[in-house]
Amino acid sequence: MSEFKQTFNSSLGKKLIMALTGLFLCTFLIVHLGGNLLLFKDDNGFGFNVYANFLTHFPPIEVIAWILYLAIAVHAIYALILTVKNRKARPVGYAVAAKSDASWSSKNMGLLGSILLVFIVIHMGDFWFKYKYTHEVAFKEYRTDLATDQTTVSDYTPVSADFNHSVSTENNVEIVRVKDLHARVAHTFGNIWYVLIYVIAMGALSFHLLHGFQSAFRTLGWVHRKYTPIVYGIGAWFFAVIIPIGFALMPLWYFFMHKG
Amino acid sequence: MSLDAKIPQGPLAEKWSKHKFNLKLVNPANKRKYDIIIVGTGLAGASAAASLAELGYNVKSFCFQDSPRRAHSIAAQGGINAAKNYQNDGDSVYRLFYDTIKGGDYRAREGNVYRLAEVSVNIIDQCVAQGVPFAREYGGLLDNRSFGGSQVSRTFYARGQTGQQLLLGAYSALNRQIHAGKVKMYTRTEMLDVVVVDGHAKGIVTRNMLTGAIETHAGHAVLLCTGGYSNVFYLSTNAIGSNVTAAWRAHKRGAFFGNPCYTQIHPTCIPVSGDHQSKLTLMSESLRNDGRVWAPKTVELAEQLRKGTLKADQIKEEDRDYFLERKYPSFGNLVPRDVASRNAKEMVEDGRGVGASGFAVFLDFADAIKRLGEETVAAKYGNLFDMYIQITDENPYKQPMRIYPAVHYTMGGLWVDYNLMTTIPGLYALGECNFSDHGANRLGASALMQGLSDGYFVIPYTLGDYLATIGPKKVDTSHPAFEQTKKEVIEHVNKLLALKGTKTVNEYHRELGHIMWEYCGMARTEEGLKKAKGLIQALKADFWKNAIVTGDNEEVNASLERAGRVADFIELGELMVDDALMREESCGGHFRVESQTPDGEAKRDDENFAFVAAWEFKGENQPEVLNKEPLVFESVHLTQRNYA
Amino acid sequence: MSNGNMNLTLKVWRQKNAQAAGKFVTYKAENISPDMSFLEMLDVVNESLTHKGDEPINFDHDCREGICGMCSLYINGHPHGPKRGITTCQLHMRTFHDGETITIEPWRASAFPIVKDLAVDRSAFDRIQQAGGYVSVNTGGVPDGNAIPIPKVVADEAFNSATCIGCGACVAACKNASAMLFVSAKVTQLGLLPQGQPERYRRVQSMVAQMDEEGFGNCTNTGACEAECPKEIKLTNIARMNNDFLSAKLFRQEVLHEEQHGGA
Repeated sequence: MSEFKQTFNSSLGKKLIMALTGLFLCTFLIVHLGGNLLLFKDDNGFGFNVYANFLTHFPPIEVIAWILYLAIAVHAIYALILTVKNRKARPVGYAVAAKSDASWSSKNMGLLGSILLVFIVIHMGDFWFKYKYTHEVAFKEYRTDLATDQTTVSDYTPVSADFNHSVSTENNVEIVRVKDLHARVAHTFGNIWYVLIYVIAMGALSFHLLHGFQSAFRTLGWVHRKYTPIVYGIGAWFFAVIIPIGFALMPLWYFFMHKG
Repeated sequence: MSLDAKIPQGPLAEKWSKHKFNLKLVNPANKRKYDIIIVGTGLAGASAAASLAELGYNVKSFCFQDSPRRAHSIAAQGGINAAKNYQNDGDSVYRLFYDTIKGGDYRAREGNVYRLAEVSVNIIDQCVAQGVPFAREYGGLLDNRSFGGSQVSRTFYARGQTGQQLLLGAYSALNRQIHAGKVKMYTRTEMLDVVVVDGHAKGIVTRNMLTGAIETHAGHAVLLCTGGYSNVFYLSTNAIGSNVTAAWRAHKRGAFFGNPCYTQIHPTCIPVSGDHQSKLTLMSESLRNDGRVWAPKTVELAEQLRKGTLKADQIKEEDRDYFLERKYPSFGNLVPRDVASRNAKEMVEDGRGVGASGFAVFLDFADAIKRLGEETVAAKYGNLFDMYIQITDENPYKQPMRIYPAVHYTMGGLWVDYNLMTTIPGLYALGECNFSDHGANRLGASALMQGLSDGYFVIPYTLGDYLATIGPKKVDTSHPAFEQTKKEVIEHVNKLLALKGTKTVNEYHRELGHIMWEYCGMARTEEGLKKAKGLIQALKADFWKNAIVTGDNEEVNASLERAGRVADFIELGELMVDDALMREESCGGHFRVESQTPDGEAKRDDENFAFVAAWEFKGENQPEVLNKEPLVFESVHLTQRNYA
Repeated sequence: MSNGNMNLTLKVWRQKNAQAAGKFVTYKAENISPDMSFLEMLDVVNESLTHKGDEPINFDHDCREGICGMCSLYINGHPHGPKRGITTCQLHMRTFHDGETITIEPWRASAFPIVKDLAVDRSAFDRIQQAGGYVSVNTGGVPDGNAIPIPKVVADEAFNSATCIGCGACVAACKNASAMLFVSAKVTQLGLLPQGQPERYRRVQSMVAQMDEEGFGNCTNTGACEAECPKEIKLTNIARMNNDFLSAKLFRQEVLHEEQHGGA
C-alpha cells in the first residue's frame, strides 16, 4: 500500500479529508456570500445577473466550481463512511443516554450535515440547474447610458435557442443581455415554504460550522495556546453567526421587503 | 537446614562488583533456550520481564489484573530515593545505605542494602531514558524532595504519582518486549502453585480467571514478583486484589518465609469512617514535609473536637501539642514511619484523638499556606488534597487533615539469598514479595527503589548464574510433578467451591483483619499474640466449615478467587503471630510492649535477636520451624535509633 | 460527615459472559451510608446476594484510590458517575440522594467485549501500547538523568498526558467509541520529551494503525472524552497526535518503516 493510500485509509486520514473539504467549503461560503450581497442592491438585478453569468462562464471559475461539487460529494461520502464505522464501534448502546458535557452541535454534525445536503440539492436544483441546463430562466436586457450612467431594463427574448449572453455597445449605450436569475430568486423567495427551508438550513449551517470550523483545525493538528482562541472566535462569530445570518437575510429580505 | 545468604566476601563497597564478576554467564546465543516464568507485573515483575527479555531469554509473564499496567505499584505516591547527590547536600551511596540500615532498625543485611543504594542511581537514569516525566526545576534538571528518616533531599518524584509513572515506564519496556515476541503475557491469570521437580522450581500452576481453566507452565526458573501481604489486615492501603497466595503456596512447597511479622504501619492515612470501609487511602509521606502533626494538649479539648462542638482552627496555638516536633526536635515531623505511627497511636490511647471516632490526629497545613501561599501548596500536594476532599468531604486548605496510621507495606516476605533466590532452587522472589532490604522498617521512597533495583539491575545478573549451572535442557509440563501439582490445585479449588455455609468470605476476611490489627498491629504483647493464635486457628476451622463460595469454576468467579486468597491469609496470619511472639524485642515496625525504653521507644535486643527469622513449612496444621540467619554488621555500629 | 442512611434502587446490567445475552436486573441497596464509596455500596449489595446464595455482581476494581484504572462503571449516563475528575472508586454515595434509582452499565464498545456483568475486556488498549507506546531503550547503558535538561513546562505537560490510567472512560463517553484520547495521551507524552524524539513519527503511526485495527470509532472532537476523563486529560492531546501523524505520513522524508506484527 502506498503511503498516501495508507494515510487516507486510516482513521486520521479520513478525518483529514473531512477537515480539508470542510475548510474549502468554508472559504467558498465567504465568496458566495460576498457575491450574493449584490441581491441587496436595488438595480433590478443587473449586478447580480452579470455576476451569475460571470460565475458560470469564466473557465477558471468553472473548474473551481467542479472542485467545489466534488468537495461537497467527498465531504458527504466520507461523513457517511465515518458514521457507519462509528456506529459499528458501538453496536450495543447505553440504556441511559450519555450526559457527558459536549456541545449539542458537536454531537449532531451528521444530522446538521444531512439537512445541509438536502438543502444544497434543493438550492442547486432551483438555481444552478435551472439556470444552466433549462430554459426556465428568462432573459433581461440592461441598457446603460455611459454618459449618464443610467440603466434601463427590459425583457429580452433570444433569437436562437442556445443564446446565453451578450455585451455590446451602441451609441454610447452599453447593452447587456443575460439570463435573469434575479427574477428567479425574487420569485422563489416569495414563497413562504422556500423561505422557511432556507432559514432552517442556515440555522443548521450555523451549528454545523460552530463545531466544524474549529474541529477542522483540531483534526489538522493546528492547535496553539495563542492562536486557537482566535480560530474559535472566527468559527463562532464569523462562520456561525455572520455568514448564516447574511445568507438567511436574503430570502427574508425578498419575502418581506421586495414582494413582487 | 543451614541458610546460606551467599553474601560476597570483601569490603562493603566492592561486594557487588566482585560478585557480578564471579557470577557465571549465559552465552548470548544460548539465552533463547531458556524459559523464564515471572509472576506479577509491578515494578519488580515488569522491570525483570523487560530486562530479561532484552537479554534474550524467553519470558512468560503473568498477572491477575486485566492489564499488567494495573499492578499496585501504580499507587505509590511520594517518590523514589537515589543517591545522586544532585542537591550537593552531602548525600552519597554510603549515606543512603546507612540511612536505610538505620531506618530498618538494624535488621537488614548490610550487603543487600549497600547494593540497593549503589544501583539506585542507575534506576533514575533508566527511568528518565524511558520517558518518565519526573518533576524538574526551571533550569531543566531533576527536582528532589525530602522524605522521612533522612536529612538529605534525595527523593525523585512525579507529582504525587511517582509509582504510576515508574510503573508505566516499566510497563512500556515490557510492552516493547511483548511486541518483539520475547515476552508472552498472560493477563487475568492467577498463579495457584509452584511445581517443584527434583527439588528445583520448574513451573507454576495457574487458573485462567475468565474460563476457570487450570493450566501448567514450565520454565527454567520462576520469579515471584507478587508484592506484599498487607491485606492480611483486611483494611490496608493495598489494592483489593493484592494477595499472598503465590508467595504462600511457594512457602508451602519449601520456600522459607522471612520475618513475617515485620509490617509497616504508615502514619498518614485517611482514618476509617465506618464498618463498610473496604480499604484505606494513604496520604503521601511527602505531606510531612510541610504539614505539622499535632493533637490537642488536653483530653477535654479532644472530646469537644470529637463531638464537633469545637473546630480544629478554634484551638489556640498554646493548646496544641506538636508531639513529633516536641519529642524529636532534629527530625521533627520527618521521623521514620514506625516512630510517627506509634506516636499517633499513643495520642489516641491518651484520649487525645480527634475526629468522630477519636482514631485520628491532625496534619496541619495552615503554617505552610501562610508561608508559601495556597497556590504553592496546591501545586505541591493538590492531587492529594483533592483525594482527601473526595473521601472525607472536608477541605484541608481550611481545616487540618485528620490522619491515622494504616497498614501499608510488609517488610517480611519470602526469604532470599543475595542472588534473590529462595530456599527452593530456581525460585526467586523480587520486590516487596521478598524480605530482603528493609529490615524491620522501610524508609519512605525506598519500595520503588527496591522493586526496580531487583528487576532492572540485580536479577539480570544473578539469574544467569543459576541458569548456567542447570543448563538449557528443556523442561516441559509432561513431568508427573506437573500433573500431580495440578491435581492438588484442582482439589483445593473444588474444596473451596463446595463451601456453602452461612458466612461470606468477606466476613471472615474482616474478622481476620480485626484480630491482626488488634493483636499483631502497631503494638504487640505476648498475651495478645497468644490469644490471637487461638482466634486465628478457630477462624480457620470455621472458614472451612461455614464459608459461602458461590458459582462454578468454569466462569468468571470473584467469590472463588477471594476465597482462595482469604484462606491463605488466614494461614499466613497465624505464622505472623508466631513470628511476632518469637521475637521478644522491639524493632522498627515490630513493637513488643514488653521491650521498650523508659521513654517509650522501641528497644532492640541485639544479643538475642540480630537474626532473620526464616520459617519453614512442615505440613498442614504442623508448627512451622524457625531457621535463623544471623545478621553480621561489619560496617555500621549498632545503636539505639535516635531521631531526637 | 453526614448521617442518615439511604435506600437506593439499582438497575444493573447482568450478563454471564461475552456470548450470553444480558439484561438489566433491579436490586435494592438498603441502609447505605453517604460516606461509602460507590464500590463499597456494591460490596454491600454483593454481600447480601452471597448470603442468599445468588451470584454477586461482577465488576472490575482493584486499588480503590483512583489510580489503577481498573474500575469502569457507566453510572446514570456518565462513565465513572456524575462527578468530574474522579474514577468510580472515588465516587462517594453522598453524591446521590435517598430513594434515587441508579442505572449501572458496562463500558459499551465493540473493541471492549463484555467479560461478565459490568466488567469488560480492555486488552485492545494494551495492544495499542505494545505497538509503540515506549522509548526503545534497553536496561543499562543510558545517559545520566540530568544529561538532557528538559524545560519544566515541557516536563509538566508531558506529565499531564502521562497521568492517563487506561480506564477507557474516554471510549465509553465518546459517541463514536473512539480511543483517540487514550492513544494521543501516550503519543503526546513521549512526543514532548527529548527521549521520545527518535521514534516520534514511527510511534504515532504504529499506534494509530493498531488503534484502527481494534475497531474503535473516529474522533469528532466533541470533547466528551475530556469531560469524563478521571485524570482530566486534555483534548489538545488528540490535536497533537493528528499533527504528528499527518507530518509523519505526508511530510517526513525518511522512510518510517512500519513493522507488521500479529498484534490482535
